[in-house]
Amino acid sequence: MMKEMVNELIEYRQLIFILTWRDIKMKYKQTVMGFLWAILMPMLIVSAGVLVRKAFSMVSGKPLEMTELASIAVKSLPWAFFIGSIRFGTSSLVGNRNLVTKIYFPREVFPVSAVFANLFDFFVASGMLIVILWIARIGVSIQLVWVPIILVFLILLTIGLSMIFACANLFYRDVKYIVEVIVTFAIFFTPVFYDASMFGKWAPFMLLNPVGAILENLNATIVLHQPPDFFWLLYSGCWAVISFFVAWIIFHKSEVYFAENI
Amino acid sequence: MADTMLEFDHVWKRFKKGEMSHDSLRDLIPHIGKKLFSKNSQETLRDREFWAVKDVCFKVERGEALGIIGPNGAGKSTILKLLSKILKPNQGTIHVNGRLSALIEIGAGFHPDFTGRENIHLNGAILGMRKEEINRKMDDIFEFSGLSDFIDTPVKRYSSGMYARLGFSVAAHVDPEILLVDEVLSVGDFTFQHKCIRKMNEIVKNGTTVIFISHNIPSVIHLCPKAILLNKGEVERYGNSRDICRYYYSSNAVANAKGDNLLNVVSLSLFADNDDLSTNYKSGDWGYMKVIVESTVRVDRLLMGFLVKKSDGEMVFDANSDKISEKYYSFEKGERKEIEVRFRVNLPGGTYFIGIHFIDSLNKYYFFNDELCEFVVNAPITLGVAYMDLHWGGRAGEKVLS
Repeated sequence: MMKEMVNELIEYRQLIFILTWRDIKMKYKQTVMGFLWAILMPMLIVSAGVLVRKAFSMVSGKPLEMTELASIAVKSLPWAFFIGSIRFGTSSLVGNRNLVTKIYFPREVFPVSAVFANLFDFFVASGMLIVILWIARIGVSIQLVWVPIILVFLILLTIGLSMIFACANLFYRDVKYIVEVIVTFAIFFTPVFYDASMFGKWAPFMLLNPVGAILENLNATIVLHQPPDFFWLLYSGCWAVISFFVAWIIFHKSEVYFAENI
Repeated sequence: MADTMLEFDHVWKRFKKGEMSHDSLRDLIPHIGKKLFSKNSQETLRDREFWAVKDVCFKVERGEALGIIGPNGAGKSTILKLLSKILKPNQGTIHVNGRLSALIEIGAGFHPDFTGRENIHLNGAILGMRKEEINRKMDDIFEFSGLSDFIDTPVKRYSSGMYARLGFSVAAHVDPEILLVDEVLSVGDFTFQHKCIRKMNEIVKNGTTVIFISHNIPSVIHLCPKAILLNKGEVERYGNSRDICRYYYSSNAVANAKGDNLLNVVSLSLFADNDDLSTNYKSGDWGYMKVIVESTVRVDRLLMGFLVKKSDGEMVFDANSDKISEKYYSFEKGERKEIEVRFRVNLPGGTYFIGIHFIDSLNKYYFFNDELCEFVVNAPITLGVAYMDLHWGGRAGEKVLS
């Protein structure tokens, strides 16, 4: 079955690209902000993070360092990608109702292209991140080779969750609101503005959240020039791969009921 | 068997009337609770459910064109959705053998903010075309749509006719092995409709297997040798599309002619002008019909109707006795009458049906049958619905004027 699913998706890769392009184009066309959109959201998150960290430093009396600011930026961008994709992915099926009920093709293309469209924003924003890192005088190191692997884990996990939520939202319309609430408050449970290490011996609890583990490893490799924590890398990798395939299978199995329940 | 492209094997599909019982998670929990306590199998109908497709079977061979007709809500579109895998049957199996493309709704995949060109790419990809394929056919598609001047305009500025033209143009260039078409010819203006029908004809001629749903009966007969008449989810008739369409027309006519047959036709025969029994005429011949009618009630001043239909069910003539001959018929209870109707066969060649009916002045039907007997007309090949007694050359022959 898996082979069939993969083949079908490959056959329709064209459609994924066109839908991604459609989503990107629609976001940037007829908006005053244009490409600034891609930067605005992560910038807001980064500013909020800087404010929080400033408060931390004032309470603790330790000065705020440049590397800490870089860490916030490095973790905020993937986070913005993650929540943006989940939000967009959740409504991707319901938002394309007339395609779902009228024409057949693998419906996976909707959540997948929703994630890809956000990935494009992420890459645009990454250009700005490079500037920030340069200002903060964070150099480059060999550890950067880990970055693509960690990002692939993040993307797989994001696609997996988007599929599940898109599917659930099709059958039960209130899923969208639940997801919205979770996505809004998840930042407090994920080490984005703070580091898991601040929790001392409780740090592993913060990393049980696979997104947390991914963000910490990105921080380690990009900002701290350290090798990733292999245990947590493997942990988040398992999460990503398993959730991706489980979500895909669930999505695929419920696909045939989409048209009559949407 | 290898050449069976589509097969529907005892397919059933159930739908729900009214609101879905659980649309939100909040409603789901009580629903699950209810489900646990009541056993319900797949095959039975729960409350407010109905069968949209009921035990439907048919087969389509390679290169065959099958028409599906029927009133609204008969399950035609549901069948196409089942074929194209958008819906899953509750029971039965569907075999599809080959690349299938469905035109369920034209322009369903269009994005209003995209230009015509971009939408061709988008829609082409939705219908399963490859990029190179779309690029190769781009010019043909533009040309066919006749919208070359507007191809870089966003489709939200298109008129609905232009929208439909573009949609059909993309879909007609997909080149599938099996094409499902749902009521898409009723778009665009007169010239474009003709273009669509010609294109469909070409597609059928090229050996594509086609399933064609339409309310446009002449085009169904024109495109498809075979047809299915659906009614309330069931196959009511299956066979030669002419017969099916005629049956559809006449069942519709019978439904309109409400009333009991208080009169009976005991016998009906057709004669040639020389008083021989005949059901074969040449165009322009005179003939007459003798019909013996018996009444079960006493009734005054009925009008007798006489109608002629073509073999595909299209009516070519219908007249009442009061308008033409100022004739009225009265019957005693149990009385039999022989009625003679003389006519001249001004019809082009083909097979025709004669029907008669009796109504009173309040339009109450006492008898209705629009296919009482059949006759054949032999004539030189002509087009159109009537046969004029045409003679080239006047009484004096040709005159040379200069």
